[in-house]
Amino acid sequence: MKLEFLMQLVVNGLILGTLYGVVAMCFTLIYKASQIVNFAQGEFLLIGAWVCWWILTSFPVPFYAGFLLTLAFMMVFGILLQVLVLRPMIGEPVIAVIMVTIGLSIFFQAMMKWLFGVFVQPFPPIFESSAVSVMGLNVQPIYLLSVAISICIMVAFALFFKYSRLGLAMRATAFDQQVAQSLGISVKQMFALSWAISAMVSALAGVVVGIVNGVSAALSFFGIKVFPAVILGGLDSIIGAVVGGLIIGLLENLAEYVDGQWLHLGNLYQVVPFYVLVVILMVRPYGLFGTAKIERV
Amino acid sequence: MPDVVPLLKVVDVSLSFRGVRALSNVSFGVGTGELVSIIGPNGAGKTSMLNCISGRYTPSEGAIVLQGRDITRLKPNARAALGIGRTFQNLALFNHMSVLDNVMVGRHHLLKNSFLSGALYWLGGAQKEELKHRREVEEIIDFLEITHIRKAPAGTLPYGLRKRVELARAVAIKPSVLLLDEPMAGMNLEEKEDMARYIIDLNEEWGMTVIMIEHDMGVVMDISHRVMVLDFGSKIAEGTPDDVMANAAVKRAYLGEDEEAPAVASTDGEIAVGDAGNVVSWQ
Repeated sequence: MKLEFLMQLVVNGLILGTLYGVVAMCFTLIYKASQIVNFAQGEFLLIGAWVCWWILTSFPVPFYAGFLLTLAFMMVFGILLQVLVLRPMIGEPVIAVIMVTIGLSIFFQAMMKWLFGVFVQPFPPIFESSAVSVMGLNVQPIYLLSVAISICIMVAFALFFKYSRLGLAMRATAFDQQVAQSLGISVKQMFALSWAISAMVSALAGVVVGIVNGVSAALSFFGIKVFPAVILGGLDSIIGAVVGGLIIGLLENLAEYVDGQWLHLGNLYQVVPFYVLVVILMVRPYGLFGTAKIERV
Repeated sequence: MPDVVPLLKVVDVSLSFRGVRALSNVSFGVGTGELVSIIGPNGAGKTSMLNCISGRYTPSEGAIVLQGRDITRLKPNARAALGIGRTFQNLALFNHMSVLDNVMVGRHHLLKNSFLSGALYWLGGAQKEELKHRREVEEIIDFLEITHIRKAPAGTLPYGLRKRVELARAVAIKPSVLLLDEPMAGMNLEEKEDMARYIIDLNEEWGMTVIMIEHDMGVVMDISHRVMVLDFGSKIAEGTPDDVMANAAVKRAYLGEDEEAPAVASTDGEIAVGDAGNVVSWQ
């Protein structure tokens, strides 16, 4: 019984971890491209989930159509956000830009509450069965779908950066903006693209979590949860973000197991990722996969 | 000799950083197919001039005209798309990318596939496009003799090879004007000879107009069609290598005020003696 419970938690951890990984990847993407630490990442999930919920409850469209509309909306949203709010901040001190993203986070949270209310709203049912059995463990079908989608996104990210023209240009921009520009790459376009992709993919994660837990302001906590994952993996490593996400997802669930079995402290799972974060940063200040700044003389 | 229709014209360009005047009223022109060198003592404004042309700096006054079009206010990426390619004084390769990827980045503005058509690799024509450009990139790689290292991460290569990869990347832009900022700095004699040969080939066989900054006078005098000399941000001489070597103002800039100093030794060991005051100007 205990072992089964542990296994269930491990599976939950991995599922949640892939979602953390995806959002962490989005976070890293923006940081790599434009050196902005985006504190409004959680709000991307929130907005995406609310918009999708609104489309599905207001119009008689099937789920996939509403979902695609949401992605289209988030793409435009990401580009507009970059062009209108963050582009004028190019060249300003980093701390000022970070303050702007914190401001955006508060603004969007309040706006969502104003538009959609403060209560948890359930998504219209998408799958008929509430849980399927995978090797004796109960898993919600949406979670299976989310793992599948997450893995697809990770593979797509990898292919995009390795092979596509824009992916190559984004890597070049992340490495050196001046040089990228002198090779004919529009840095502004690359920034806008990175925000658009980040907003779209985060919204996707937001919809998945919204389907499971219902849509509410609590979704934006995801952005804070993702932070240890990102730092853990090293702020500028996409693979690190995925691994960091998995670690945090597993840690949370294992902490819950330890707590439930022996300690009985309650809510241990919420703080454990941060303890681990502190320990890891003491050993490896630039994260597990981050670029160590090496000075060559 | 190349014709005298200026491909690139620099008209009265001045550049100030607050109080410091990096360039003052510099004018010159470069004809199609020419190989022009800019020389001058350290801090003379050579790289500033190049940065004004490539778009990294916007001149405070004056204009830069490419093929009859004023490009003074254009962004560097727009200028690259118009055909201005450059290399950097300090290596600026994308270290973690392979040599091939580095060169492919130079192709960016020539590739048309978008986010969507790139994702539909086989359907959107992106594959066909990529194959065509890969072939041309391979030609460049082949020409610069870096075929054996094309899969290696650029950051792991020795200095001389990195310089060559950087040249390959600039050539991949298909530039009509190629700006080279000290292409031979820090190289040994053999590497310098190779590099000089590549530059001459690019100029003569690939038809690229080259503007080069270089400190090695032997190379400059050997391969340049014309030489422009900057000192303290002003043009002090311009003309054929021989004219410039013989110029009094140039000697003064390099060796100090003393006109009675013994014959001028240029770095390639030859003794340069000539008539003083022979300032050649060309616009």
